[in-house]
Amino acid sequence: MLDKNGIAKRIAKEVQDGYYVNLGIGIPTLVANYVRDDIEVEFQSENGVLGMGPFPFEGDEDADIINAGKQTITTLPGASFFDSATSFSMIRGKHVHLTILGAMEVAENGDIANWKIPGRMVKGMGGAMDLVASAENIIVAMMHTNKVGESKLLKKCSLPLTGVGCVKKIVTNMAVLEVTDDGFKLLERAPGVSVEAIKNATEGRLIVEGDIPEMDV
Amino acid sequence: MINKKVADVTEALKGVSDNMTFMLGGFGLCGIPENSISELVKRNVKGVTCISNNAGVDDFGLGLLLQKHQIKKMVSSYVGENDEFERQMLTGELEVELIPQGTLAERCRAAQSGFPAFYTPAGYGTEVAEGKETREFNGKMYVLEQAFEADFAFVKAWKGDEAGNLIFKGTARNFNPVMCGAAKITVAEVEELVPIGELDPNQIHIPGIFVQRIFQGKDYEKRIEQRTVRQRD
Repeated sequence: MLDKNGIAKRIAKEVQDGYYVNLGIGIPTLVANYVRDDIEVEFQSENGVLGMGPFPFEGDEDADIINAGKQTITTLPGASFFDSATSFSMIRGKHVHLTILGAMEVAENGDIANWKIPGRMVKGMGGAMDLVASAENIIVAMMHTNKVGESKLLKKCSLPLTGVGCVKKIVTNMAVLEVTDDGFKLLERAPGVSVEAIKNATEGRLIVEGDIPEMDV
Repeated sequence: MINKKVADVTEALKGVSDNMTFMLGGFGLCGIPENSISELVKRNVKGVTCISNNAGVDDFGLGLLLQKHQIKKMVSSYVGENDEFERQMLTGELEVELIPQGTLAERCRAAQSGFPAFYTPAGYGTEVAEGKETREFNGKMYVLEQAFEADFAFVKAWKGDEAGNLIFKGTARNFNPVMCGAAKITVAEVEELVPIGELDPNQIHIPGIFVQRIFQGKDYEKRIEQRTVRQRD
């Protein structure tokens, strides 16, 4: 079973040379720590920066330079700043190659719910709806089950949707899965996790073909 | 050159009254028009609708207007980090319209640019699209979203000149440029106001034509919401 850093580490392998990548808040943010250093990748933050660097050293924080999580950041040589409309032109216009974000639920047809739980305080969708409706390549990073052990990979989402039929790949603490026309196709198992355990933790249709390799993380 | 300079924030907010719709720049507390917000609190205008990506925190930004129950409706994409907001929303005192961030930006830009509406894929198949026209283009579904209409836009820039030309800094740019010229009157406050001719025309982010009033801001607090640092080795 992977922890959050393990999930981030596995997703980092999906990041290719020349990619512009948007990372969501939570596990996705950790992906930046594990991207190979022999490839060139630029991270976009939808509040208006491309070429994000690491957090600043103490004392170097600049209130005018933050990421979409409102954290102080730095920029790398070659970075750029832009307004919010331009930022979402990059996203809707498919100039950003890969979006990595968290989810509360994903359905076997690729629907995603990650912004609202009825009856609880709703904070808003931020840029999530624009991102999922637009990106060609969306990877969801999440735990396979929720806090009470219920599957987050469902036949149909029970929560209000963020986007329809948009998720392509899911990396959880238990598995790597691809969303296909027929359901969740199991690609890889997390170290020490059996296919049986993944079946039991997946409510939506799971397709298992042949031997399922263990993840290399 | 047409001079847009006004003496101070009081003159800049002349004509502001109850039940108006305002646009306010900023992302979180980054790049918010601090001086204009203070003046709105001071004038105690009531029943206003605020179009702003966020709603500030309890004791800063738009949270200051919320504390005094001046806001009737918020149009935002993300409103966490604010207990008073949550309380007013749950009791029904405050009306809240949540819309995708890119749609929020584009509804400003549409207003600025003279487009009544536009199609976006964001929100299709979700509750955001309920009651809205949808249409297929090249096999993909889109939602028709309309340009905002607002009385005042309050923006904050880093530098500006008396002709109203603006330059922004870092991610404090965010929604500020797209709100310029998107309301009947755009009020720009700047950290440094310089005479006409001092700014390089090649470096201007927003031409003065989109700005009606500009003033030298003061006492910027620039609060950081999530101070995140790494240790030096």
